[in-house]
This record gives sequence, structure tokens and C-alpha cells, in this order.
Amino acid sequence: MKYLKNVATLAYDPGRCTGCGRCTEVCPHAVFEMQYGKAHITDKDLCMECGACALNCEFGAITVGSGVGCASAIIRSMLTGGEPTCGCGGNAGTSTGCC
Amino acid sequence: MKKLELQPSSPETQAFRGGQKHAGVLSQNPKAVMNALSSFSHQQQPWISGVLNTACGLVPVVSTEWSSAERRGRLRSRISAFRDRYAVRPGLYAVGAPDSSSDIFVSANYKLSFDILRRSLAGMTGWILVLDTKGINVWCAAGKGTFGTAELAKRVLGLNIAGLVTHSRLILPQLGATGVNAAEVRKKTGFTVRFGPVNAKDIPAYVRAGYRATPAMRTIRFTLADRLVLTPMEVNPALRRFPLAALVILAIFGLQPSGIIFKNAWTGGWPFLVLCLTGLLAGTLVTPAFLPVIPFRSFALKGLAAGAAVIAPLVLMTPLGGASPLLDAAAIVLFPLVASYLALQFTGSTTFTTISGVKKELKFWLPVYIAGIAVSLVLIIIHKLESWGLA
Ligand code: SF4
Ligand code: SF4
Repeated sequence: MKYLKNVATLAYDPGRCTGCGRCTEVCPHAVFEMQYGKAHITDKDLCMECGACALNCEFGAITVGSGVGCASAIIRSMLTGGEPTCGCGGNAGTSTGCC
Repeated sequence: MKKLELQPSSPETQAFRGGQKHAGVLSQNPKAVMNALSSFSHQQQPWISGVLNTACGLVPVVSTEWSSAERRGRLRSRISAFRDRYAVRPGLYAVGAPDSSSDIFVSANYKLSFDILRRSLAGMTGWILVLDTKGINVWCAAGKGTFGTAELAKRVLGLNIAGLVTHSRLILPQLGATGVNAAEVRKKTGFTVRFGPVNAKDIPAYVRAGYRATPAMRTIRFTLADRLVLTPMEVNPALRRFPLAALVILAIFGLQPSGIIFKNAWTGGWPFLVLCLTGLLAGTLVTPAFLPVIPFRSFALKGLAAGAAVIAPLVLMTPLGGASPLLDAAAIVLFPLVASYLALQFTGSTTFTTISGVKKELKFWLPVYIAGIAVSLVLIIIHKLESWGLA
């Protein structure tokens, strides 16, 4: 399943990549694969903006706008003009989901 | 209950057997063991089967079996949010009789995450390092940063894990990578983080393969079962808001120039109550269940499609509709939009949607929702005016 086309804020700078492979280890959607000793984006639309790759790329080759939030938090922020904040407490029991 | 092999396997991990169920207590001082056990909880936890004397102090040994209370706990955690946190005390635990060469598996202190991990380690030996994630699962806690670099480094240094093992491997659940910067952990603690598989059940295969996860173990899936497990969390909050919606609907239908008449409220309003409930379930149950087969990538559209697919036939072909073309139109506008809105809420529980995408959807759809409510209200008002002979 893929979400909206061309919306994920994932950006990758091959110039900084050293080919360490960490991004392929952390990405839960196989967005990165190694090709000729460098990372390579397979399909950006698969990215869910979890931020694991950007956080773990030691060489700053990846950036992604990852934020926590859910639809109702975003609505609240749209109506009040603040940043979406989201309480995970309520249904923290869900195994895969968040808010 | 599974017999645990508790043998002193290295000088620094002198094994004790604790608990009456285990014959042949090795402890030189059973009292100390029982004291240690009771200090882990006010009443002995059924999943603690003993205690090990280690370089990090006394460490509870956990069973890899689930009790019936734990199976019930899992069910309860699925159906409703736990009032009291379903948490495990953070710290170090042992599985089997681990020694200084055993792996260290890092977990969240959400009891269910911990239970799934220890069950997955059946037949293995190892250490479990439980971080304080405030009783929240790995994925959610990593997003918030409580399953994070700082907490991990604090536990590793605070418990002196370096004195416990002779290697420097920490095995983390892959989904923890959102909160844990592996390079930073190495700098702070000297330990090398390896991200294990997404699902704990793949850990034995991962370890056997020399700490290598297959691409399948690395990817997060979103199967029908995964989605269905999440639906109570969608349906329940929506149902809690239903009485309010029902009240509004009944008030509107009962409204007469002379006041609110209960009989009219019910006879005129019941089809809308049923349709509202249907729209609610279309968004919270039908959409998640049929997610991959409903067309469109947009969740708002998926919900709208699911809502329209159930609402339109009900209005056009059953006694739920037909009272008046105006009311039918209002129902067909309003309730699919309810489903659409609720389907959009489900993005918070999926494993593949993005915040940027949800923002983009809402920018378009929020005005549509508001306009839809307005349009259907106008239609209902015109209908009311007509029925009062005022239009
Ligand atoms: S983690 Fe960074 S440096 Fe390493 S392979 Fe990926 S992009 Fe390249
Ligand atoms: S943000 Fe997450 S899903 Fe997107 S590429 Fe990075 S690791 Fe993969």
C-alpha cells in the first residue's frame, strides 16, 4: 500500500553518502537499497516519514521532515494556528499505530 | 511451566534459583533471594521465575511462557486503552541462564512489548534491558523520543552493562531506530547498536543468521489482521461520540414551532440515527478492513468511497430513505463525509502514511467537511420549513 504521490519530504544527497548501509538497516519500508556502494532511493512514495534514516545517517546525507501528529491534532493546529501535538497516552496499546 | 536451566555458567553470573516451584535451590541464602524477588514487585509476578546474581546485582529471570492473565491483558489492551498503565519496571532481566557472552535485547517497558519479546526468546538465553518508555510501546515511544538515545545511554551506563558482558552488542527492535541514534549511543557508551527485526518473533532467526535480518524481517507490514486489531481503537472513540450526534439528530427531527416533540423526533429521526451509525462504521471498520481494495491513495477519498458505497444504497433502496428527497440528499451528502473524516483519523494508526500527506489531505478536506455539514443542514432546514407549511 502506498500513500499520496510525491508528498513525502524525504531528501537524499548522494554526495555525502559513504555507503555505510545504515539506512537500509533502519528503514521499515525498504526505501533505500545499496547500489555500487551508495544508497539509492527505490520509491519515495513508500516513505512514511518516520525519521529513522535521517537520525541514523552519520554523514548527514538524509533529511526528512518527521513529525508526530494525527489527523485530529493537525485539525486542532489548523484551527488554532499552533504546532500539532499529539498525546500517545490514550491508546498507547496499539502495536503499530500511534495517536 | 518451562523448566529453566539455571546453572552458574561463569564466575560473575552466579545463578540462584528462586521461587518454590523450582526444586533444588542453589542459593546460599534463600532469604536474600526472596527479598530481592519481592523488591521487584509487591507480590511475586508470575512471569518472574527466579533471580540471578550478576555483576549488575540481582537480576530477575523471566519465564518465556504467557500466563492466562497475560493473554487476557493482551486482549484488554487491544480493546480499550488501559486505565492503569500496563507497564514493567525498567531495568535488567534475564532469559534462561545468560552469561557474559549473551546478547542484550532492548525493550520498551510497555508490558505487551515486553511479553512478546520474552515469549519470542523461548529456548534462548540472553539479557533484556527494559527502558523507561512510560508504559508505551516501542514504535510510539521512539516517535516521542522516550525510547531514545538518552534513555538507552542512561540505562547502559547506570546499570554498568559494560561490567556484565564481554562483548559490546546491543540488539534493538528496528522500529526503535526512529528514536535511537546508533552512532550517538556508541559515542556515549561504547556499545554498538544493531537493529534487529521489526517483529520480535523473528529474533531467533535473526540471531541464528549471524545478526542478519532478511528484507522481509526489515519491512513493516499492514495485514488484514494488523488492521482489524486496530479497529476497536477507531470504533470505540467514535461510538463514544455517537450519543451526542444522536441527540442532535433527534432534536432536529423533533423540533416543531411549538417545541421539541419526542414522538416526531423518533419517527422522523430513527433512519438518520441508523445512517449515522452506518457512516461511523464505514469509516472506522469498513475502511480499515478493506483498505487495500478500496480505490484511491487518499484516506479521505477511501472513506468517502466506503461511506457512499454503504449509505447511498441504504438511502435509495430501503425504508431508511424516501421520506423526502431533501432528507435523502442531506443524508447522502453528510454521512459519507462522516466516514471520510473518520477514515482520515485512521492514518494515525497505519504504518505507511505521512504527516505531510495528512496535512495535505486536511487542507483540502476540512473545508469540504464544513461545507458538507452546512449544505446538509440547509437541506434539512428547507425540509422542516416545507413540512411546517412555511416554504
Ligand atoms: S546511512 Fe547515510 S551514509 Fe550510510 S548508506 Fe545510508 S545514506 Fe549513505
Ligand atoms: S523516514 Fe522512515 S520510512 Fe522514510 S525513508 Fe527514512 S526510514 Fe524509511
